Amino acid sequence: MEALLNALPGWALLPDAVQTVGVIVAQIVPILIVLTLCVAYLTYAERKVIGYIQNRIGPNRVGFKGLLQPFADVLKLMLKEVVIPTNSNRFLFVIAPLLAIIPAFATWAVIPFNDHFVLADINAGLLYVLALTSVGVYGVILAGWASNSKYAFLGAMRSAAQIVAYEIAMGFALVGVLMAAGSLNLGDIVRAQGGGTLLSWFWLPLLPLFVVYFISGVAETNRAPFDVAEGESEIVAGFHVEYSGMAFAVFFLAEYANMILISALTALFFLGGWLSPFAGLPVLGDTFLAEPGFFWFALKTALFLFCFLWFRATFPRYRYDQIMRLGWKVFIPVTIIWIFVLGGMVHLEIGPWAR
Amino acid sequence: MIGHVLFFALAAVLLSAAIGVITSRNPVHSAMFLVLAFFISAGLWLLLEAEFLAIVLVLVYVGAVMVLFLFVVMMLDLNLTRLREGFARYAPLGVVLSLVIVALLANVFWFRAQDTPLMVTPELRSADVSNTRELGSVLYTEHVYAFELAAVILLVAIVAAITLTMRRRPGLKVQDVAKQVAVRREDRVRVVKMDAEKE
Repeated sequence: MEALLNALPGWALLPDAVQTVGVIVAQIVPILIVLTLCVAYLTYAERKVIGYIQNRIGPNRVGFKGLLQPFADVLKLMLKEVVIPTNSNRFLFVIAPLLAIIPAFATWAVIPFNDHFVLADINAGLLYVLALTSVGVYGVILAGWASNSKYAFLGAMRSAAQIVAYEIAMGFALVGVLMAAGSLNLGDIVRAQGGGTLLSWFWLPLLPLFVVYFISGVAETNRAPFDVAEGESEIVAGFHVEYSGMAFAVFFLAEYANMILISALTALFFLGGWLSPFAGLPVLGDTFLAEPGFFWFALKTALFLFCFLWFRATFPRYRYDQIMRLGWKVFIPVTIIWIFVLGGMVHLEIGPWAR
Repeated sequence: MIGHVLFFALAAVLLSAAIGVITSRNPVHSAMFLVLAFFISAGLWLLLEAEFLAIVLVLVYVGAVMVLFLFVVMMLDLNLTRLREGFARYAPLGVVLSLVIVALLANVFWFRAQDTPLMVTPELRSADVSNTRELGSVLYTEHVYAFELAAVILLVAIVAAITLTMRRRPGLKVQDVAKQVAVRREDRVRVVKMDAEKE
């Protein structure tokens, strides 16, 4: 990337500070473009996958096999009017979708894509992830309140309580990851899982935390079966019932960006990120299958994304009080107990901590 | 140089957000101004290279405390005219209290600070020193008793808060979710096999 910028005429004449900013922006823009494309095709994949699960075909009209469908959707939403309700709180109503999408994109700053490429290699990466994912709830709450609508408000209240509850379980699961890796840096967490086969990845010693983390991630993104925040049969569409056109599209984008984020984080924390599951197998030799790389990271992320779609097509919606019970009375105790077990394992040097 | 510019820009936004907290008429707006103030203070801490404190400020206050605040403020049916009723009656008391606080602060910042030498700015550490590790190594060794004490106090608070909700009223209809979840198909459904009816 820097080589490309150096080739620009007059680049070397710019002051150092401007050059640094230029390099960073030149890294941010491709990440955002790829991410947005991923979101667009995730919506397409969702409709196709759920279609086939339900014995339908899914979108197949726009472009070859319906591949241009996401662009048709975006075009349609952009041409629609953004209706702002008269009695709404105009400023908060407009800013709420932005508050939902900014954390979903900003967290990618610390995600390592392979061994070398990460936008900001900061020491407290895991804390940064926790902090930003916890900010995402503001978009939902403010959207519900600013709409000045009962349905939207009910959806926002449900969602806020749910997100706060499941965040605690997620945080505790990450405490386990932190104890196992001995570092808050996401790159170091992946490197701590290397050195062996796929049995040395954290999913095995942290199995309960892995399960809790991913299920909490599904609840955190308000996806089925935990999508009471927008339960159609009860409160129309929940917090974004008053939104139309592009403002609605931004909420939609934020939900899918969050799904990709949770999948990527689960892959990093528990499935060894960019590490190859076949490392050290003599049969494969020097092929890319045995090499760690971005390919594996993308594949693992896609695996979890498929699970998101699969859950949506398979499970009926949870009842609200059962969601709360699962979060507070099942997941949080499980994580706390496993942190104690983990402490014992680290102290007695059992398993991956044997030195 | 850039540090100074950033500091004054952040400080200006922080002050205006803080003023917004107490002057805005809508409690939800006040809460949002407070969120902005927390964010900006986190930025100020980042300028001091205290990244752990900055991120934890956002995580705890913005991510948890203020969400619950907003939750409560939105649920309350606030009647602003009734809230302002006693303003003239209580204004003298407020003025006296704020004067006392100003006097105390002036005492600390103005008179007492004159004898103490200005603090020397500590040297900036290199970027690869992990703030979190340093904090942890002091927190769990030198200050471990204070740490555990704080933990126990928080635990007591949690237990107390939960106990407050554990009252049983007569005639209350509650679902026992554990019982509902434990229901098996065999308890509810009986499959009856019948021969097909013949003409």
